[in-house]
Amino acid sequence: MDKQIIVQTKRLTKHFPVGGGQFTALRDINLTFSKGEFTGVVGPSGSGKTTLLNIIGSLDAPSEGSVTVLGKPVEALTHKQAADLRCRHLGFIFQTYNLLPVYTVYENVEFPLLLLDLSAKEREEAVLQAVESVGLMPKLKSRPAQLSGGECQRVAIARAMVKKPAIVLADEPTANLDAENSHHILQTMEKLNTKFQTTFIFSTHDDKVIQYLRRKITLEDGEVAEDQEAGIRDQEEEG
Amino acid sequence: MILSLKLAYRNLIGAGLRTWLSVIVLSMSYVVIIWMQGFLEGWNQQARRDTIEQEIGGGQYWHAHYDPYDSLTLKESHAPAPAVLQSENTAPILIAQATIYPQGRMQSVVLKGIDPAQSVLALLTSALAKKGAYLPVLLGERAAKSANLRVGDQVTVRWRDAHGTYDAREAQVVHIMDTDVPTVDAGTFWVPLEDLRSMLQMPREATLLVVDETFNDPPSLTGWVFRDQTFLLEDFTSMMKMERVSSAIMYTILLALALLAIFDTQVLSIFRRRREIGTLIALGMTRGGVIRLFTIEGALHGVLAVGVAALYGVPLLIWQAHVGLSMPEVVDNYGMAIASTIYPAYSVRLVVGTVLLVMAAVTLISYLPTRRIARLNPTDAIRGKLS
Ligand SMILES: Nc1ncnc2c1ncn2[C@@H]1O[C@H](COP(=O)(O)OP(=O)(O)OP(=O)(O)O)[C@@H](O)[C@H]1O
Ligand SMILES: [Mg+2]
Repeated sequence: MDKQIIVQTKRLTKHFPVGGGQFTALRDINLTFSKGEFTGVVGPSGSGKTTLLNIIGSLDAPSEGSVTVLGKPVEALTHKQAADLRCRHLGFIFQTYNLLPVYTVYENVEFPLLLLDLSAKEREEAVLQAVESVGLMPKLKSRPAQLSGGECQRVAIARAMVKKPAIVLADEPTANLDAENSHHILQTMEKLNTKFQTTFIFSTHDDKVIQYLRRKITLEDGEVAEDQEAGIRDQEEEG
Repeated sequence: MILSLKLAYRNLIGAGLRTWLSVIVLSMSYVVIIWMQGFLEGWNQQARRDTIEQEIGGGQYWHAHYDPYDSLTLKESHAPAPAVLQSENTAPILIAQATIYPQGRMQSVVLKGIDPAQSVLALLTSALAKKGAYLPVLLGERAAKSANLRVGDQVTVRWRDAHGTYDAREAQVVHIMDTDVPTVDAGTFWVPLEDLRSMLQMPREATLLVVDETFNDPPSLTGWVFRDQTFLLEDFTSMMKMERVSSAIMYTILLALALLAIFDTQVLSIFRRRREIGTLIALGMTRGGVIRLFTIEGALHGVLAVGVAALYGVPLLIWQAHVGLSMPEVVDNYGMAIASTIYPAYSVRLVVGTVLLVMAAVTLISYLPTRRIARLNPTDAIRGKLS
């Protein structure tokens, strides 16, 4: 596996204004993520997991330090450049699925492609492939309201994967799912990770997720407490 | 753009009842604006045409002293009709005050002498060609009604001639005409020009001369002032302007109501759908793109309203243009030409103009609340929090 670095944080610190003063959600974070990683950020509630993912996803800016995503300094990007980065290279999966309620499964998955310049035929192929890979072909014409939570999250995975992004950021993707659905989803993501070498970064405190991780970064009070390689099991299985 | 339209359309239809309420109120704005403007335009065209045909022709030469608002000037405002104007396309009119005595009552009227053979004004003056012992009189319905006269009735007319001597004669109503132009009707007795000239001892004289519409380049004549159509229609034009203003006030209220509903819908939907807004931004849409999406969504109300308005408005307006609108009797004494039935006139310009105006207003009102999106923090929005 080549060690191409795609995300790097240097002395990343994030303050939030609270009342009169400020609250430091992340302090001095130095992390490097490589292509094809399957990594989880774990830690207690309020430790800064979501904040870190949001900054890597260019939805938020660091207060201090720098974050480089695919060679681009996130802190220096304009709104437009950040949107372009997300549009082309980043996929998001949320705890609450966040599907567009008025769109069908097909249309939800197609949406990110509409923001790119793709022909109708290219879009159709990609959408069908993505929906197929999460096993939702029979639900192609359904609306989110007609789907179960697990199915919704699979649509969200298909939506995140359809443009073959370099990085998928998943913030507690299994928090609203039962055990069976959680495993199903993680297996799906693991499969996609292997197939496309997409980097997955999770935030989670779900043990079911943790057992799939190949790297586990533990945050505590906004600082990296532990950063360990795990999942020898997975790599052996792959090999 | 297509994407925004499609998503906007879905969201709008998805919003259901609320959307349709706004759309229906908005569609009423379209229909009412077009209907009211069409009604005014129809009135305007009809009244102008009737006034031109029956009263002012292509313009009038007035005796220098003639003032239609001051009947006392009539005594001095007459002179022999200029020789250059003795042709087929001019109609000299001699005007004098007189008193009539219908059923013993006394009533003052204006005698207008006109050539029974004239063809400049669309008045049935040929009825005055009748020879006999009586002075033939042509009346409008209003004048006939106020003097309580019918065709064939006789009435005594008393006047003062050029030398100030009183004289009287029996007149007979030969025809009562139905006209929309009150100025050729109310208080006016049309009589043959030559009879009036000899009654007043003013041979070959006239107070004013109506020229027809083929008459161009009116020569200037000493002692006479040429009044063109614009001048003669000035009162009417300014009244029309007032009518337009008051009708504009009415439909502005209706439009404001519709716009308020849309504004409210927009504010609410931006608030309710902040999670969706955050998601769109995360998926790589720019804030500008999201603002455009919501603006288009609001503006689509206007487009849907065109469709709904067309659904019931087109048949309604066509039917109205066909049967016309009956005006109540009370407007009869309006002082301005107003037909008993007004046929609205809808022009392409009116319809297109109205649609563009309303669309512009709807788009603007839809845009205003979306500026909030530019200040929205996407990380909060994704979680459904307000920033
Ligand atoms: N916009 C904000 N304003 C103020 N404080 C914030 C804001 N966002 C996050 N915080 C604070 O920063 C800290 C880290 O928040 P974050 O959401 O990253 O935690 P988390 O690790 O994702 O927790 P959880 O597991 O509960 O999702 C929390 O204490 C939180 O209160
Ligand atoms: Mg979190």
